[in-house]
Amino acid sequence: MKTYHSLSAIQKDIKEGKVNCTTLVQFYLKNISEKAHLNAFLEVYEEEALAAAQAIDQKIAQGKAGRLAGMVIGIKDVLCYANHEVNAASKILSTFQSQFTGTALQRLIDEDAIIIGRLNCDEFAMGSSNENSAYGPCLNELDNTRVPGGSSGGSAVAVQADLCLVSLGSDTGGSVRQPAAFCGIVGLKPTYSRISRWGLIAYASSFDTIGVFSKNIPDNALVLEIMAGADEHDSTVSKKPVPAYSSLLNFNKKAKVAYIKETIHSEGLNPEIKERTLATLEKLKQAGHEVEEVSFPYLDYILPTYYILTTAEASANLSRFDGVRYGHRSEATGDLESLYKKTRSEGFGEEVKRRIMLGTFVLSASYYDAYFTKAQKVRRLIKEKTEELLKDHDVLVMPTTPTVAFKLGEHSSNPLEMYLADLYTVQANVAGVPAISIPNGVDSQGLPIGLQIVGKAFDEATVFAFADYLMQNQLN
Amino acid sequence: MLDASIRNKYTAVIGLEVHAQLLTNSKMYSSDANEYGNMPNTNISVITLAHPGTLPKVNKKAVEYAVKMGIACGSTITRDNHFARKNYFYPDLPKGYQISQDKTPICVGGKIEIKLKDGQERSIGLTRIHMEEDAGKSIHMAEEVDTLIDLNRAGVPLIEIVSEPEIRTSDEAYAYLTEIRKLVRYLEICDGNMEEGSLRCDANISVMLNGAKEFGKKVEVKNMNSIRNVQRAIEHEIERQIIEIEKGNTIVSETRTFDATVGDTHSMRAKEDMNDYRYFPEPDLSPLIITEEYLNEVKAKMPPLPNELYKKFTKQYGLSEYDALVLTDTKEVALYYDELCSLTKNYKAASNWIMGPVKSYLNELTLSIEEFPVKPAQLADLIALIDANKVSFSVASQKIYPELTKGTTKSALEIAEDLNLIQVGDQDFIQQVVDEVLAANPAKVQEYKDGKKGLLGMFMGEVMKKSKGKADPKLASELLAKSLD
Repeated sequence: MKTYHSLSAIQKDIKEGKVNCTTLVQFYLKNISEKAHLNAFLEVYEEEALAAAQAIDQKIAQGKAGRLAGMVIGIKDVLCYANHEVNAASKILSTFQSQFTGTALQRLIDEDAIIIGRLNCDEFAMGSSNENSAYGPCLNELDNTRVPGGSSGGSAVAVQADLCLVSLGSDTGGSVRQPAAFCGIVGLKPTYSRISRWGLIAYASSFDTIGVFSKNIPDNALVLEIMAGADEHDSTVSKKPVPAYSSLLNFNKKAKVAYIKETIHSEGLNPEIKERTLATLEKLKQAGHEVEEVSFPYLDYILPTYYILTTAEASANLSRFDGVRYGHRSEATGDLESLYKKTRSEGFGEEVKRRIMLGTFVLSASYYDAYFTKAQKVRRLIKEKTEELLKDHDVLVMPTTPTVAFKLGEHSSNPLEMYLADLYTVQANVAGVPAISIPNGVDSQGLPIGLQIVGKAFDEATVFAFADYLMQNQLN
Repeated sequence: MLDASIRNKYTAVIGLEVHAQLLTNSKMYSSDANEYGNMPNTNISVITLAHPGTLPKVNKKAVEYAVKMGIACGSTITRDNHFARKNYFYPDLPKGYQISQDKTPICVGGKIEIKLKDGQERSIGLTRIHMEEDAGKSIHMAEEVDTLIDLNRAGVPLIEIVSEPEIRTSDEAYAYLTEIRKLVRYLEICDGNMEEGSLRCDANISVMLNGAKEFGKKVEVKNMNSIRNVQRAIEHEIERQIIEIEKGNTIVSETRTFDATVGDTHSMRAKEDMNDYRYFPEPDLSPLIITEEYLNEVKAKMPPLPNELYKKFTKQYGLSEYDALVLTDTKEVALYYDELCSLTKNYKAASNWIMGPVKSYLNELTLSIEEFPVKPAQLADLIALIDANKVSFSVASQKIYPELTKGTTKSALEIAEDLNLIQVGDQDFIQQVVDEVLAANPAKVQEYKDGKKGLLGMFMGEVMKKSKGKADPKLASELLAKSLD
């Protein structure tokens, strides 16, 4: 079987009888097994996926198939799927099974997507390299000594290495876009609240979004279109109608593009990435689009704001993992306090503990105003300034990451160095606006470079259309 | 006992925090059932259990109930409500935080009007009323090493009503709690049952020398399961603090628990060991906006309140304060009385009927007034019969009323006619009965004439007996007197 890179090609060949869901699933299962060393999957739903494929093949034959028939999907290990394990790549949830399926995932299943397995990630989605998984790091297929990025590393590699067609990740500070950039694929973080979070294990609730990995824009747009929208289980989800993104991809106007000078001129930016980004901007100018340099004076404040607010929320979100009702419970306990201390010390990894401690600290009475309250104010400033820039422009364009995929262990000893990997992606989360990373060529070592396109809140349609335009016309 | 001269040097400062469980069908943030008395851990789903990936959803009924309480207390209703997480670890708190309200309680200010035993009235200011969820129950069984957890109560909606430190005596605290219980019952938002814990009270108590400008160190007392016990605990705690101060000791801020069997308090923990709850805005719930329109809708649904009815009963119906207080004790009785008063103008008789025959009938059979078989219209009829001199009170209460309580659709008049009880005002008939009675008792007549005037009652009784109670007593008494003289 040939390797497919889009649902439209698959569905065309299904119609022509050249392929069916069963052979597709068999193909991916073979790839998964051959590339097991990448450690992308934490669990493969082999029999289930084959059974689903057979059932969907029948539906196709009867002309009753859903819109995603032929799409094989992997899901990040933070998405709840009824009667399936979900561990958040943490020891504290080892063997934990969810009793319900999250809204976004259910909507994909209802359209006949086939769920092939559960994907590796950083523990509780905290990390930028997938090295914080309790189940071992995931490797970048292009160079097995390098990380795939994180936290949704497994999801990125699964699409990168053709272990499934599309995968779901989650993006709190760049966890979809950064690994998409490191793996040379497309990764979307939609507007905050565009997709229901019911069934997404929380890291930082006011930042978390489900995101989508794919090799092209139409697949990505279709999956968002199906997942997004109102949901009675999530009172924070937007009730705005969901546009048919996948049929709105025709970008036929002169774009007003802004790039933030502080991102291009920042010290830590790899010169090759800078060059590629500027080259793309130049191509856009050549193609007659308006490209303007703008200033965003708060770039230095984004990461501190992000880390104060996300760790504060995380410290509360992770309190429920206490060994009382489910998940890991330490055997070496005596009284209640030791049950908590030992269970959580054993169950959580270093990065998770660091963030819980940091979050607890910034919320404590003596430091609350100095950190948490101030960070909330700065978040508002960042949001307002970002919205202001987007008012006058269709999109903001910038590098997705300051570097290409780094070596395993390269930043493990210095968390602050690791945090810088999210320098350009965090802004969209702090502001709540949609952003996508698309491939923007490779560096001299052949390692992928990502280009990030940021749009107005709830204007995914423009982000998709513009990204598709760049990819179709090879401006990237 | 503390010597009164010492006791009277001090003023107590008391603030009460009252938690009321709301009578909603489902929990505060999930659709799990809110039912008391079920088998442990049956009213639970993934939300109550705080499974990963779950989210809360605000119970609209609970919001309505909180707003109703605010309106009843004259509080300002907060339009832009945010929920907050209150963080602490305990096994019966599944999420490791309680979703509460911190900076934007749904009700701000307001007051509770109280009436003291001596008739004095006071108004106790409220600081706030906020919405939150209950925790589960930790059950420590005798001879059981493990603590058992029942999460049926986890997530049950609560309002916390916080008073200003304006209460000065345990009597006032008693009256305040009685009034709150009456209010929540009138509003039908909480059953007010302190024994089952659906209404709970913590007391913050301090004492200071009379006229002092600064309050003393406050002590929080918990674990009182009746209004009477709150009063006892406060009384004990005031004395304990005064004794400590008189001994030259200082009061430490701490939490104490009340022991109802001996009536004293024990230290649970010092304030310094208290949790830092690390409140912050709940990111899983969008802000709750109360619109003018919504507020008007709730206002339109408000039942009459005890104070309004009390005023109506005393001013419009001219009842004594005592009668009005008794009749407004429960909404159902008050509304029955109010309806009765729309059908009769004899408000005092209506009040007497309810406080007398009606109450004793209900008490005897342990029925509530909703189960009372006599309709207000029937009772009004009965009162009218008496007022029209058609039956005497005793005939009404002993003959007709028992028939009515059997649950008949007949009117009091129909019953009176059926039983031939209508008083006869016919002078000839009554004179004839009087003559017969006097003729039958010549010796007594002589005694009367010799000055034993007290015998008039005996003659009257004979006349009523002979007329089978139908003789108009007023007329009969007149004719008797005339015939004897």
